[in-house]
Amino acid sequence: MSDLISHWQNLKHNSRVVWIVYAMLALLLAVLPFAVSAVAGNAWVRILASVLLYIILALGLNIVVGFAGLLDLGYVAFFAIGAYCYALLASPHFGLHLPAWLLLPTGALVAGVFGVLIGAPTLRLRGDYLAIVTLGFGEIIRIFLNNLDAPINITNGPQGVDRIDPLQFGALSLAHSHQLLGLTVPALYNYYYLFLLLVLGVIFISLRLEDSRIGRAWIAIREDEVAAAAMGINTRNIKLLAFAMGASFGGLAGGLFASFQGFVSPESFTLIESVMILCMVVLGGMGHIPGVILGAVLLVVLPEALRYIGDLQNATFGRVVVDPSDLRLLLFGLALVSMMLLRPSGLWPSPIRKREFAAGE
Amino acid sequence: MESLLSIAHVAKRFGGVTALADVSLSIAHGEIFGLIGPNGAGKTTLFNVLTGLCAPDAGEFRFDGEHLRKLTPHRMAVRGIARTFQNIRLFANMTALENVMVGRHVRTRAGIAGAILRDRATRSEESAVAMRAHELLEYVGISARVNELAKNLPYGDQRRLEIARALATEPKLLALDEPAAGMNATESAALKQLLERIRADSVTVLLIEHDVKLVMGLCDHVAVLDYGRKIFEGAPREVQHDPAVIEAYLGGALA
Repeated sequence: MSDLISHWQNLKHNSRVVWIVYAMLALLLAVLPFAVSAVAGNAWVRILASVLLYIILALGLNIVVGFAGLLDLGYVAFFAIGAYCYALLASPHFGLHLPAWLLLPTGALVAGVFGVLIGAPTLRLRGDYLAIVTLGFGEIIRIFLNNLDAPINITNGPQGVDRIDPLQFGALSLAHSHQLLGLTVPALYNYYYLFLLLVLGVIFISLRLEDSRIGRAWIAIREDEVAAAAMGINTRNIKLLAFAMGASFGGLAGGLFASFQGFVSPESFTLIESVMILCMVVLGGMGHIPGVILGAVLLVVLPEALRYIGDLQNATFGRVVVDPSDLRLLLFGLALVSMMLLRPSGLWPSPIRKREFAAGE
Repeated sequence: MESLLSIAHVAKRFGGVTALADVSLSIAHGEIFGLIGPNGAGKTTLFNVLTGLCAPDAGEFRFDGEHLRKLTPHRMAVRGIARTFQNIRLFANMTALENVMVGRHVRTRAGIAGAILRDRATRSEESAVAMRAHELLEYVGISARVNELAKNLPYGDQRRLEIARALATEPKLLALDEPAAGMNATESAALKQLLERIRADSVTVLLIEHDVKLVMGLCDHVAVLDYGRKIFEGAPREVQHDPAVIEAYLGGALA
């Protein structure tokens, strides 16, 4: 394995090889839904789309937790805000049907504002204390959504909002299948491609932010807040900026989720969702963008794959010995414990920590 | 000429402990000012008050011709006071170069939009930041370790890196909290050269130090704190003969 990596490090200097690898990757991602649906059915294309959504969420949380080092356990609140923003303004609930090109950025913006509002009171807190308070804020948002159906019905309470408009950009509706180059692209695939495009955008933004004046300030605050302040970094503003940026990614993902599902209710935004997103960031490797993406992919795909264990048991023992859903939680716990023991910095931690060896080149 | 920094009647109490009581000092442009005193005399507290890390209970501050009110750490850095820490506080998981680049934060402007779009202004600012950081690492003599993580540098180099990071903020006053602590004779001789060079480049230095040889050989003025009070201020030559200082260091019976 390490041979393979060092071989790849050498190849990386050859720009033609890099382009070929990227082109193959692009082709793979483009044909993936067709291949997956042929092998495993359309349910798995849906899972692919939700993998992409979770990548956006994990990369958003990565800005707050991975870069700025602010342990946020209420991140799903921003996902919820983005989702409800879209749901309320593009559904029969209020009879409003605003266009998607307006609503998706609005959702990100509103979530970003909430990021600042929720971030502001927590600025003096660190570590565990910050985690507890953000956890509380996350729950407050969910409970608000659950109860804002009286005296005036705003969120429709626990029943949620349904019949949400599918995404439509001008004449192009993602809810219908399209003919492209002689291929029929079903509605589900449209969402996959849009999400993929947005994931690429979010990765691009994350990478650029990391390697910038603001990104360095975030990492400096994570490393030593007192020293960062003494170096002239306005820690209050820079932390709020991290909250706002992270939250806006969450808001964008929320809008996409609402239109994709066509239905939102408060129970999609529970604490366990926040914990899952945090696990993706931590499992993959905090602060390292490819690692975080890997974490998101694994934590969405593996639980789905484990559903097949039930069928497998039926085939071997003639009955289901262990309920697959119990097994999922068991394996999930086992994975977290063994990760903490064996790879405490994540499955794919940042290789910048190896840059020092390359200094001589 | 007006002094660069003058503080008057500064007091700071932590509960029942008086860390600073009625301390007044003035530091002239371009000098190296030494602050010495036995352990617990209040030197670091004075540093922390001066750099905004803790709020004073009383006192007036004039820096570079302006009254300072409401000191916060980042504002003091903006004004032109940079510091190092007694127990080194580098950004451990960033490289030496990145540490110094963080120091440039306060003198640069690029925001979120610039970071994402990387327009021409941002690109040229970034390359200027990197270039200046390289120069400063060269200046303090650790240019061979540009890409090493701060935590992997040898102790003496970490001290130098802290100085480079502080210099990156373009300070008018560089406040060093025991820069020679834990250094051997060779390292502290090299440090002395570096500090002389910094003074020659017209940065005023405020130095807390226990290494008496270093202080005597380097400082233009020395102040001595004891139990939060200033007991001496004057030339380094005189300090060794001052009875109050001798009493503070060696005890009353020997004076």
